[in-house]
Amino acid sequence: MRTIHRLLTATLLTLATATATLAQPAGPQSGPQTGPLRVDINAGLMQPMPIAVPAFAPGNAGTTEAGTTTALGERAAQVIANDLRSSGLFRPLDPAAFTTTVGVDSVLAPDFAAWRTIAAQALVTGTVTANPDGGITLACYAYDVFAGTEIARQGFVTTAAGWRRAAHKCADLVYSRLTGESGYFDSRIVYVSETGPRTNRIKRLAIMDQDGAQHRFLTSGQNLVLTPRFAPGQQTITYMSFENNRPRVWLYTLGSGRQEAVGEFQGMSFAPRFSPDGQNLIFSMAVGGNTDIWRYNIATRQSVRLTTGPGIDTSPSYSPDGRQIVFESDRGGSQQIYVMNADGSNQRRISFGEGRSASPVWSPRGDYVAFTRMGSGRFGIGVMRPDGTGERLLTNGYQDEGASWSPNGRVILFSRSDRSGRSGLWSVDISGLNERRLATPLDASDPAWSPLLP
Amino acid sequence: MTTTPLRLTLLTSLVLSLAACSGQKQEVAIEAPPATARPEAPATTTIGEQIPAMGGMTVPGSQEDLREKAGTDTVLFAYDSYELDAEARGVLARHAEWLRANPGVRVTLEGHCDERGTREYNLALGDRRANSAKNFLAAQGIGVDRLSTISYGKERPAVAGSDEGAFAQNRRAVTVVMGR
Repeated sequence: MRTIHRLLTATLLTLATATATLAQPAGPQSGPQTGPLRVDINAGLMQPMPIAVPAFAPGNAGTTEAGTTTALGERAAQVIANDLRSSGLFRPLDPAAFTTTVGVDSVLAPDFAAWRTIAAQALVTGTVTANPDGGITLACYAYDVFAGTEIARQGFVTTAAGWRRAAHKCADLVYSRLTGESGYFDSRIVYVSETGPRTNRIKRLAIMDQDGAQHRFLTSGQNLVLTPRFAPGQQTITYMSFENNRPRVWLYTLGSGRQEAVGEFQGMSFAPRFSPDGQNLIFSMAVGGNTDIWRYNIATRQSVRLTTGPGIDTSPSYSPDGRQIVFESDRGGSQQIYVMNADGSNQRRISFGEGRSASPVWSPRGDYVAFTRMGSGRFGIGVMRPDGTGERLLTNGYQDEGASWSPNGRVILFSRSDRSGRSGLWSVDISGLNERRLATPLDASDPAWSPLLP
Repeated sequence: MTTTPLRLTLLTSLVLSLAACSGQKQEVAIEAPPATARPEAPATTTIGEQIPAMGGMTVPGSQEDLREKAGTDTVLFAYDSYELDAEARGVLARHAEWLRANPGVRVTLEGHCDERGTREYNLALGDRRANSAKNFLAAQGIGVDRLSTISYGKERPAVAGSDEGAFAQNRRAVTVVMGR
């Protein structure tokens, strides 16, 4: 796929540079006075960038199993606009205000003057073309409207059913070119869907695209299930299930739907996560009232105990390089966050803030640890550096917990419950801005964000 | 307008290049719906399961019998604690007595927490509470082969509610009769 993208992009670039009137070198360009169009992702209270995302033009009059190229072009633009809006960094303009329509010709030569009149700073446009094999090509172009220059272009070849992913990849391209960070829109979320009374909650694993589309349930609800987390390859999920009244760690294989218990242990295993190479799991095991952290090799089925103290050691999470593990322990009297080497050596406390700190998760960028802070009867999500400095609390709810990082380490997903027992998924960016709720069909908890899809 | 012919050239070439590529493209992986998931075990009933009394009589060795003889099947804990206070020890002493009177009965000690703890920590805390109760019964001479434990963390509160009254009832260990 990647090769194809490069080929396609190269082809487009070659063609463009060969045609004098269309020659627009790809990549960010400086406008004459304004400097490069850029979203400063680290700015404080910023104004989101006004951006126009008109319906993508039909590259041909084809029809696919997912709809006509015209219909897919309209829906792709909506998906892209929604992605960009959800980041809080962009403000897609209302298509009703558009003063120009986009045909194939204006994809390559936009009417910048018309886009300037509605104060669009950036323009995302493109085409959807039906291919002879039944698939589609989504061609994605981004422009700096005021400078009148191209920012990015890329084509995505996929099946007709894959049109949403092509649209997410287009949004990721725009996001990455304008922020300098990698995108996160072509990704999924696995979580626990909740229904029923608080005293007998029915919990099911569910999965959906990052924007809530393509939602489906993975388990039936007969067994209590908790804390799903993706493998780095995203085709496997580790979670905890109470099947047969034997609470322990399981693996779920997407695609086949196969479920498999992990290991034969004496005690309860829980709080599982994958190692960054996908070869190991780390989880807690409770034996006789004492909870320690173990590493389990999936291929050899060998397990190694990493902590040995009498306290509760749980919620382990690897650093992205796999060399360290952040976890929580009450060995000092109350829940606090600790870091150790991957072999269990050099255990040291890093959290010293007020209240209790729990459920640490290492950012995929390595720069932060997200955690749950408990104090004064409330739970909030915070971040700190892996050495414990730079602590910042980002949210404050009755019960905000279960942090999970976006693939680019800029956004944190978490679950929020209120005093009535209702729960839902929320996200916040690491500046503490753009707190928003994600729509789910039912109540929801324990979200886990996938890595970017390949 | 000089752009028109150039544009046509571009589009034609684009289509050609796409056609050239289509033979080697890999499709975006789309998952099938889950294959018929492996049949799961029947739903579990655990807390306070009642075996119906027959003709006003309590069935000996039943959950109801335990509750009747011992006064309760549940012991309560302080916030974030797994220590058995005097009252809890008194209740469990009666459970031990009842278990001695019903030598064929096995029980599971269920540990539970209120909602004021993180999910994973509470699973561990519930395990501590279940084991506190189990260890007390074992110390009273009940064979450990008759005693098992399970933690539900904060997943199965006894009562709904987010006030101290509800929390106090939810921080508990329950002696659940498993059968003979």
